Amino acid sequence: MIHIVVHVLLVLALPPLLTGVIARTKAAFAGRNGPPLLQGYYDLARLFRKGSILPEGSGWVFLAGPVAGVAAPLFASLLLPFGGHTAPVSFAGDMILFAYVLALSRFFTAAAALDTGSAFEGMGAAREVAFSCLAEPALFFGFVALARISGSLSLSQMLGTGPGWVTAGAPLVLVAASWAIVLLAENCRIPFDDPNTHLELTMIHEVMVLDHGGPAFGLVLYGASVKLFVLSALFLRVVFPFNVTDPRLDWIAFVAGILLVALSIGVVESVMARLRLVKVPQLLVGACVLSAFGMLLLAR
Amino acid sequence: MNLLLVLGGTFVCVAGGVPGLLLPPGRAARRIATGGSVLGSLLGLAGAVGAAVTGRVETMTRPWPLPGAALHVELDALSAIFLVPLFLVSAVAAISGGRSFGDAGHPSDARRTRFFYGLVTGAIALVFLARNGLLFLAAWEVMALSAFFLITADRQSRESRDAGRLYLFATHVATLGLFGFFSQLRHVTGSTELVPLPPGVAGTDGGTALFALALFGFGFKAGLLPLHFWLPPAHAAAPAHVSALMSGVLIKTGIYGLVRFTSLVPDPPAAWGDALMLLGVVSAVLGVAFALGQHDLKRLLAWHSVENIGIIVLGLGAGLAGRAAGRPEWALLGFAGALFHVVNHGLFKSLLFLGAGEVVHVAGTRDMDRMGGFGRVLPKTAFFFLAGAVAISGLPPLNGFASEWLVYLGLFDRARASGADALRAAVAAPALALTGALALACFVKAHGSVFLGTSRSEEPQGEVEPHAPGEPAAHVAPMAILAGACALLGLWPAGIAPALARAAAIAAPGPLPKGTLAGLASLAAIGFSSLALVLLLGAVALFLKSRFAAAAPTAGPTWDCGYSRPTARMQYTSSSFARGLVGYFGWALLPRARGVPVAKLFPARAHFESHVPDTVLDRAIVPAFRAGAWIARKGRILQGGRIQLYLLYVVATLVALLFRV
Repeated sequence: MIHIVVHVLLVLALPPLLTGVIARTKAAFAGRNGPPLLQGYYDLARLFRKGSILPEGSGWVFLAGPVAGVAAPLFASLLLPFGGHTAPVSFAGDMILFAYVLALSRFFTAAAALDTGSAFEGMGAAREVAFSCLAEPALFFGFVALARISGSLSLSQMLGTGPGWVTAGAPLVLVAASWAIVLLAENCRIPFDDPNTHLELTMIHEVMVLDHGGPAFGLVLYGASVKLFVLSALFLRVVFPFNVTDPRLDWIAFVAGILLVALSIGVVESVMARLRLVKVPQLLVGACVLSAFGMLLLAR
Repeated sequence: MNLLLVLGGTFVCVAGGVPGLLLPPGRAARRIATGGSVLGSLLGLAGAVGAAVTGRVETMTRPWPLPGAALHVELDALSAIFLVPLFLVSAVAAISGGRSFGDAGHPSDARRTRFFYGLVTGAIALVFLARNGLLFLAAWEVMALSAFFLITADRQSRESRDAGRLYLFATHVATLGLFGFFSQLRHVTGSTELVPLPPGVAGTDGGTALFALALFGFGFKAGLLPLHFWLPPAHAAAPAHVSALMSGVLIKTGIYGLVRFTSLVPDPPAAWGDALMLLGVVSAVLGVAFALGQHDLKRLLAWHSVENIGIIVLGLGAGLAGRAAGRPEWALLGFAGALFHVVNHGLFKSLLFLGAGEVVHVAGTRDMDRMGGFGRVLPKTAFFFLAGAVAISGLPPLNGFASEWLVYLGLFDRARASGADALRAAVAAPALALTGALALACFVKAHGSVFLGTSRSEEPQGEVEPHAPGEPAAHVAPMAILAGACALLGLWPAGIAPALARAAAIAAPGPLPKGTLAGLASLAAIGFSSLALVLLLGAVALFLKSRFAAAAPTAGPTWDCGYSRPTARMQYTSSSFARGLVGYFGWALLPRARGVPVAKLFPARAHFESHVPDTVLDRAIVPAFRAGAWIARKGRILQGGRIQLYLLYVVATLVALLFRV
């Protein structure tokens, strides 16, 4: 019972910290001081108190985007084991629900973008749904590989395969590499998308939410950070599928691991340039091929 | 009792359309026809639900003075699971269609349409009930021909006549295949009744021929790629309520045929299941890819039927492969998932077609590129269409997810087993994920470009302005009922699980799996998760509402990169939205673009249009028939038209024959 409470508290409270860690890492690489680590929280507090302007002619779908963008990743987090602890909700086939709940938030975010009638937001929505078509098979090839390694169909057991690194190291490396690409693509980080750019033409996710402001934009930011947190936790559990025996130490290891993932994302963002848009599908197909090879190595 | 209810309902459905043929067109005829369809469907629904819940098998046989034929009908759980969506969709679509395709707009066609609508409902029901080969074929042909008259309901339109002709050709080729199938079945079993095959036959050449003929005949009707080419034009041209019934239910007769046939085979070879899985994956992925390329709203929905039939066939294939491998749990998951998807697709596809009918009625066009902002004119239709879009994209918390989840689970269960054989399932699961992501893209596009954004009416060249607002209850209620059913099955999928398990047990006879369907796949967990998701969505929405109560939002123009006077023409159209994805699938879709590109600094005139035609129809069927026509023309030399010439042919043939002997 206690671990469910900790799980929920972590997923509610921690996500904005990750964006802070990424920003600070990037600042350090650029030789700047950067914003405070808690800037994400300050932003949310400010946005939730502000008024907002809704684009003329938009309806309830415009607001359904931010709502689904928060609720869906929060729900998905309940299916995911954090560290060595079993997920609060766990049953055979929960990884499919995990992927499809995240797809629900994508549906409404893209629909909300189209509701504004803006050319740029339509463009962002089109790119978002197109690129995720390539990311989805990469995710599922990985699921198949993990199901074969662990013999289980539930995320809590699929991801807890410590011995897997001994018996099936090569496939796990391929899946981890593929999912690292998916993690960056799904959260619109460099090299796929630059969250800091000021050119709407080149953006994917940010351009979809140009018209959201005030509390709705606060939800968008919070939802994006929760999604980053959830996918980082998924990735972390593939790379580090070991259980620390003491439950308290295990939570600390988990939080440290998540912050380390955020730090690595910051490093990647600092040392890489954004890809040209036409190259993005190629990299995503590469991710699919990687995890497909990971699965093939297990076919015997 | 249940069988009597279903038969009585079938009779009332058929009979309801007859008085309308004799009465003068008008209110009375319409009410009798709609009332007959609704009453008959409710009776049938009661019987079908009763049979699905209790699982009781009821049989009735009457002699039929035709050699080999008998009026042999039977209602079991498998028939019932197909009959439930039939009667539900038939009732609600009749209510909707009674008004939208009425005497006012179509004075001469409406009577005919009502008659054939009742007839096709009854014929489909009889197809699901028949247990005699000849009775099955008779019902099948009545169904196929009535559907032809329904597709060509609007006789004034050239498009619907062309679509009808293509359909007529396709359905008769399919029936030809079925004649071959049933004569081969009789040859193998020695009976015209649908009785199980003797063991050991399935692996022989005769068994393979039987399977190939079934796949051809039933696959044509189901719209399985590459036998789908009649489907998009036919469903686009028919009136909305007919498209709803055809796409939701009629094409499932092909699925039913495949399921019923394989249930008669005691030992299906592994190759059958693999063939179905392959065809299912191809159909699912390419069906949705073609759907993305469409800008005709109804044609897009029709292509999605090809996709969903692919998902269903994938489930069937996984189930058959499970039977062949001696793994009854895979068979149960595969068949239960496929049958669940049959029900679900019937519900959300007819919902989407009814919503599209409303839109087309108001817009006066089916071209999505000229629509936009209809959500303000048709708010209820927009809401229910969105529900259908979420359901068909397979997203929780609606029913499409629950059935796809069962199919997934069957695939994953096989994929984790040892052996290279598992590889087939291991590739099929990501392919299904790709299908799901593409379907999501397609329905964001369909819903977004029709209902969201701003109206394009300010454009020149007579673009479409949504007119005639107001949504009559007779149009909203059917959509509400269907959307409610989608929500119910999404939030409480465990409710239908026992009926699915019973139907799957008939579809996959043989050893029973260890444990129940609920034990293998926790549909209850899916239901609770969906409920929790809905509650969480509601909580976040309430939070946003409380924030808005604190500081009320105002309205302002949309942000267009600093451009202060954006026009509706600058919005993304459905074509531009799908352009990237259509490009990825260019190797299969072969999109065609035409236009004058924008050049120089002050371009005078530029236009651009793009189409995604049906590759199979344009590159295979039409050229093949053109070649056939060419050969036939060359052969016309023989036809001199003079009696002497023909007598010469007779003499020459006789002499040739004499030499042979």
